[in-house]
Amino acid sequence: MNTIGKVTGIIANLVVVEVDERVAQNEICFIKHQDTRLMAEVIKIMGRKVYVQVFESTRGLKVGAEVEFAGHMLEVTLGPGLLSKNFDGLQNDLDKMTGVFLKRGEYTDPLQSEQEYEYKPLASEGEKVSAGDWLGEVKENWIAHKIMVPFVFKGEYTVKSITGEGKYTIHDTMAVLTDKDGKDHKVTMVQKWPVKVPIRAYTEKPRPFKVLETGVRVFDTLNPIAEGGTGFIPGPFGSGKTVLQHALSKQAEADLVVIAACGERANEVVEIFTEFPELEDPRTGRKLMERTTIIANTSNMPVAAREASVYTAMTISEYYRTMGLKVLLLADSTSRWAQALREMSNRMEELPGPDGFPMDLPAIISNFYSRAGYVYLNNEQTGSITFIGTVSPAGGNLKEPVTESTKKAARCFYALSQQRADSKRYPAIDPIESYSKYLEYPEIVEYLNKNNGENWTENVHFIKDTLLRSKEVYEQINILGDDGVPLDYHITFWKGEVVDFVISQQDAFDKIDQRSDFKRQKYMLDKVVNLLNSDFKFESFEEVNPYFKRVINQFKQMNYSVFESDEFKNNEKELEVIIQERKVA
Amino acid sequence: MEKDTKAFQRVYTKLFQLTKATVSLYASGIGNEELAIVEGRLAQVVKIMGDVVTLQVFAGTEGIATDAEVIFTGKAPTLKVGEDLAGRFFNAYGEPIDGGEIMGEEREIGGPSVNPVRRQQPSEFIATGIAGIDLNNALVTGQKIPFFADPDQPFNQVMASVALRAQADKIILGGVGLTNDDYLYFKRVFDDAGALDRIVGFINTTEHPPVERLLVPDMALSAAEYYAHEKGQKVLVLLTDLTLYADALSIVSNRMDQIPSKDSMPGSLYSDLARLYEKAVQFPEGGSITIIAVTTLSGGDITHAIPDNTGYITEGQLFLRKDSDIGKVIVDPFRSLSRLKQLVIGKKTREDHPQVMNAAVRLYADAANAKTKLENGFDLTDYDERTLEFAKAYSEKLLAIDVNVEVEAMLDTAYELFSKYFSPVEVGLKQEFVDKFWKK
Ligand SMILES: Nc1ncnc2c1ncn2[C@@H]1O[C@H](COP(=O)(O)OP(=O)(O)OP(=O)(O)O)[C@@H](O)[C@H]1O
Ligand SMILES: [Mg+2]
Repeated sequence: MNTIGKVTGIIANLVVVEVDERVAQNEICFIKHQDTRLMAEVIKIMGRKVYVQVFESTRGLKVGAEVEFAGHMLEVTLGPGLLSKNFDGLQNDLDKMTGVFLKRGEYTDPLQSEQEYEYKPLASEGEKVSAGDWLGEVKENWIAHKIMVPFVFKGEYTVKSITGEGKYTIHDTMAVLTDKDGKDHKVTMVQKWPVKVPIRAYTEKPRPFKVLETGVRVFDTLNPIAEGGTGFIPGPFGSGKTVLQHALSKQAEADLVVIAACGERANEVVEIFTEFPELEDPRTGRKLMERTTIIANTSNMPVAAREASVYTAMTISEYYRTMGLKVLLLADSTSRWAQALREMSNRMEELPGPDGFPMDLPAIISNFYSRAGYVYLNNEQTGSITFIGTVSPAGGNLKEPVTESTKKAARCFYALSQQRADSKRYPAIDPIESYSKYLEYPEIVEYLNKNNGENWTENVHFIKDTLLRSKEVYEQINILGDDGVPLDYHITFWKGEVVDFVISQQDAFDKIDQRSDFKRQKYMLDKVVNLLNSDFKFESFEEVNPYFKRVINQFKQMNYSVFESDEFKNNEKELEVIIQERKVA
Repeated sequence: MEKDTKAFQRVYTKLFQLTKATVSLYASGIGNEELAIVEGRLAQVVKIMGDVVTLQVFAGTEGIATDAEVIFTGKAPTLKVGEDLAGRFFNAYGEPIDGGEIMGEEREIGGPSVNPVRRQQPSEFIATGIAGIDLNNALVTGQKIPFFADPDQPFNQVMASVALRAQADKIILGGVGLTNDDYLYFKRVFDDAGALDRIVGFINTTEHPPVERLLVPDMALSAAEYYAHEKGQKVLVLLTDLTLYADALSIVSNRMDQIPSKDSMPGSLYSDLARLYEKAVQFPEGGSITIIAVTTLSGGDITHAIPDNTGYITEGQLFLRKDSDIGKVIVDPFRSLSRLKQLVIGKKTREDHPQVMNAAVRLYADAANAKTKLENGFDLTDYDERTLEFAKAYSEKLLAIDVNVEVEAMLDTAYELFSKYFSPVEVGLKQEFVDKFWKK
């Protein structure tokens, strides 16, 4: 029998429920309202008074309404059929909902219980298995979706029987496992897991040692993110966070991408719905949608579900990681999630921390980021979740609690600058403020130099220095005037501009330039470094600007042409001609 | 104390707590967000604890006594929607200002949001004739965008011209703390244009209590949903001024003892504003809601919580500024942005539109640098001089808000200015466009 309670108070979506029996922190409950049931989560228990946050509007709700507790925390349903889906923050399949407008209390099945999947067993009878071990696999789009020992199974089990190859639906029994007490457990293709608890079905989580190719040069060349690494993108409104995340979701070399649209615009999700079924993944030639799952809790959807949405996305990512896949998780914007926490904490009249955010915000954020990572699975295969979140700092000021807490948790910092966005230097990542801690990892340096040539990291540091020096002389020129500084200053400044325009800047809306693989990035980096190491001859400073503008323009033509195509080579030849004009032998 | 009048109306007459904006009383069987009439004034349930119900009185509680009559209506705020709305003006409660009854179906305002998978990507260009908008910041149906302007800017005039030129099936005006003069101005302009039958107005002026304003945007958007969703019409919603809406929110949260966040605004400001703006939508069947709002700034400060949160919600912003060089108000090309423009420019407009737009803005930026140089006492190069002349002409002929031409003409004007002051190489357009459009 489930615990039953009664509503005794309502303040917006915070509801007080009086209960006599057992309830648990974070337990889910359903409030009966007219002919619907509104889902809610327990957030505080004070004697018989239980505070719940309702994931829906509470309009019309009355004191006395009956509340039924579900006996479990907020969970997601895991199984084949999660890919290519559009879920809301609570994992309701949005496409299954009826009507144009969302109806409160309408909850839909995240999976297809009717659909048959081609199944192949991987484990054999008599085998010893534990949580997360692969029992069999089914085809889901193009991936071999593993059917695993449910994560809730503790300890060791013996495979008593395993279903043979064939077509089955998700609720069919795929295996029977016997626990150490001799009790049998049926396993289907579906399992459930509470979103706030990390899935830990792996043996080890080493320091990340590989780089995830994103195709975006400010990431890969300048500040690479490790596979299984964490990064965040803070920036004022309109500086390009979403465009950058969309670029990553299209270009990155991940097996699958989970996008959590957390409290942002519905039209941005619609853009993905519209484009991804059409766009191709350049590596596999398959449609991008086939490797993408979207969790959409847009800003007009209930605030409490916003917090849930990032956890739902993370749990789905962990599920696929345990299948040995390389998952990229993107969340836009984690500030909205923090604000949802703040709204609730204020309603509960908790003692506020800085800017009214809950005191434990830093801990919540760092716990979340720590769920990313590269792992060795029980069968020595590997899987990873690379997590990149955006942060929307109030007033664009990075000295605010969400940015500061995230900076402690994430290893890469991609700061978007208003000034760069204003001057349309996209992506507007500040090349000097931003960093990747992974560039300091010896194992990453080794990996990069092994894959991209032994001077790679040296060259990367060299162009970073060039940018910094360029910025310094620019300030000097501004103070002293064009003719108040030595000619060399102008050359130094423009060399930095070459790095900026050719490497840092990248046109996210150009078919060719939007994606640059490591091979191409290496080619261009070598070319740029070569130029930086050359000396140029000028008579007066007035010649420097137009000359380098031509150089940059020619480099950009290369960026805009298909790598190694005739057009590319012609542009390169022309560039050489321009360079030779003034190069000192 | 309790007596039943109609079936669901309950009447109470004992208040035990009054603040500036709220009253509390003992009552039972009351729904959250239900409306009540407190001594003839509209109020809404904001909190229920046991048998204590707290009501927010929109017009304020001034003069209300502890024995005031409280009638609960048993329903949330509603609007009667129907063809009758067209050409009429209403107060914040959805009652016709000009008297008379409205026939229509009663709908709760502030209803649920559109399922994102039932939306369509906006793709229809809205021509306004203003080059600062059409050329540099093209608007699209289903978009939501505010004017950012200091209170002394003529934003209401610009909005009125945009509305009339936008070829919308319906224009819904949500006046949030409008001055009475501006209200009459809108009415007159719409009337002069013979457009009154396409207008629906929900008006709260500065003469009305501020908290009443909180109902206006929801009223306007409910009417918009009716026309866009049920009638498949292109609806343009004008909300002016949402800074005053946010101010009203802060008054209420303050009086309810909530912890304020930045700039004394409630912590939920982002969600509160997003709830309104996200009503902008393009339906697959053709109907759409486009929202053009006004956010007044104080001294051009966009880091204040109201414009800041707005910027994070809307799809760009149109920044009005007085250009002292030409003595006119312009749409600032640097600080303005339409995030949906790439869906239409060069696609629904001439192919060279994106390039021309970027080139002109880049040259304008060069002019700004030249100006700084000049101010710092440095010599100007010949190129600098030319950019300055270009900037002035560009401002006058294209950025000023009194421009009213077709996009094609705007592009032609741009080429005229380019060729007058620069060589094709300096402008840096694609060769094919130079060949085709450059003025020799
Ligand atoms: N890489 C880019 N290339 C070209 N244009 C860009 C790029 N990045 C951003 N932009 C321009 O800036 C606009 C805003 O970008 P975006 O929506 O990503 O901002 P944001 O940081 O996510 O803002 P918000 O916090 O309000 O969501 C885009 O609509 C586009 O016009
Ligand atoms: Mg964004």
